[in-house]
Amino acid sequence: MAELTETSLPGVGVRVEFMSEEGQRVGVVRLKSGDRELFACASSDPDTVAFNVRLSDDESHALADALGGSSIVESLDDMSQRIEGLAIDWLTVSSASPLAGMTIDEARVRSRTGATIVAAIRHGTAHPAPGPEFEIAAADVLVVVGTPEGISEVRHILKSG
Amino acid sequence: MDHRVALLVELGAVILSLGILARLASRIGISPIPLYLLVGLAFGDGGLVPIITSEEFIEVGAELGVIFLLLMLGLEYSARELVSSMRTVAPAGLVDLVLNFTPGFVVGMILGWGPAASMFLGGVTYISSSGAVAKLLNDLGWTGNRETPVVLAILVFEDLAMAFLLPVLGAIALGGTMSAAAAAIALAIGVLIVALYVAYRHGDRIGALVFHRSDEVSLLTIFGLALVVAGLAESINISAAVGAFLVGISLSGEAASRAHTLLSPFRDLFAAVFFVFFGLSTNPADMLGVLGVAVILGLVTAGTKMVTGWYAVKRSGMGRAGRRRAGLALIARGEFSIIIAGLAVGVVGAEDLPALAAAYVLILAVAGPIAAKFADTASTRDSGAVEIIRGTP
Repeated sequence: MAELTETSLPGVGVRVEFMSEEGQRVGVVRLKSGDRELFACASSDPDTVAFNVRLSDDESHALADALGGSSIVESLDDMSQRIEGLAIDWLTVSSASPLAGMTIDEARVRSRTGATIVAAIRHGTAHPAPGPEFEIAAADVLVVVGTPEGISEVRHILKSG
Repeated sequence: MDHRVALLVELGAVILSLGILARLASRIGISPIPLYLLVGLAFGDGGLVPIITSEEFIEVGAELGVIFLLLMLGLEYSARELVSSMRTVAPAGLVDLVLNFTPGFVVGMILGWGPAASMFLGGVTYISSSGAVAKLLNDLGWTGNRETPVVLAILVFEDLAMAFLLPVLGAIALGGTMSAAAAAIALAIGVLIVALYVAYRHGDRIGALVFHRSDEVSLLTIFGLALVVAGLAESINISAAVGAFLVGISLSGEAASRAHTLLSPFRDLFAAVFFVFFGLSTNPADMLGVLGVAVILGLVTAGTKMVTGWYAVKRSGMGRAGRRRAGLALIARGEFSIIIAGLAVGVVGAEDLPALAAAYVLILAVAGPIAAKFADTASTRDSGAVEIIRGTP
């Protein structure tokens, strides 16, 4: 697996990058605004960005899906296909979400919707099976498993509590 | 016209012109700060349409503007980030300080301003505009470049240096005997170090204490706290701006990023008012008198920033293109130069400082980003980067 390097860019955002096998530096800058900037450098000049695209939140998700996502995504996809009626979704916690800052216990997602948070992805790192004391933060991606209705309720409480 | 009607119409006209010029600035890709200064110059004494009734409001707004600018700056960084960037760029940061403070100081002395006022001019030429640099990196797509973390670390170093510089300048502005000034500076720096230490150790806890689920509660708490601390800091001569900066630094984690989102619109509004106020209190005619000096100082300190960027990036072992870009990115001066010049009100010998600082910032805030953009398009064309990106054949 490619080795990701994370660099803080104070005042701008966070940069995550790696060297591709062909020797090109490739990475993403997560900007303060929530947009992402995807960039790649030519192998002849790893210092200079040769190509970059600005992506909105939605577009980043679409692109991540198209790229085939992380290994958890693949295995969960596989699972949801095998169990009928079971739905899985990846919900991003917006910075305005009332649940941001609450622990899983305080948010009572399970007792209110029947759906379960099976993993949280923060800054690209997965936290599988987060405990009740796990604190939900803005920009986390929660992997939620349940009935399709349960999941749409989770989406609702993420937005408006 | 009724006083209240006049107030609303005047204020509205000023803010509306800001809106129009900010739009223009974003179109041509420069920081709006120089244009805000121009609005102030146009509406001030000796300008095109002097305003009368809303000046009082603008003056208070300007005070708030400085507090918001520094509070938000503090929120951008956690104390840990400050310390880690201090460690990595300390040599480059010191080179930056020496190379860019000195020209201002020397020019002040040559003009016969005396050491106190010349220190302020040194501060004006030293600090690059974080806002303009961040904007430039975004606009030119330079955020992914290898040298970018070095450039930003230098800005962090400068901001921290400014937190120490402002109380020193404040003590000088107060005048008095040498020993009284030295005592004030020692007290200020002591308080600053204690505050930074507390923020470093307990930033998350302070954040959690202040932060609330309701935006309204968080907003009122953080803003109120910043004002109180700013006022207290001012009362012991540390400068209100530094007080607000410390509040920002003390908050970290989730609270900081939330506060950042909540306070951004206020910063935008009141910082703009601050630049207008600075322009209002500067007579355009005075600027003509110092224009020559401003141009020379601009050229020299554009050069010294180029050297700074070159040195800093070379130290980190990167190539020539990155070194040149880092230098170009750092040229723009802006908000902090104006804040420092604004502090010099009443300093003996600094009578020409506001006009010189305004002219200087107008020149570099526009020329810096334009030079960077020009260099960027030229180098892209030369290397044919678009072809190369397809990979090695």
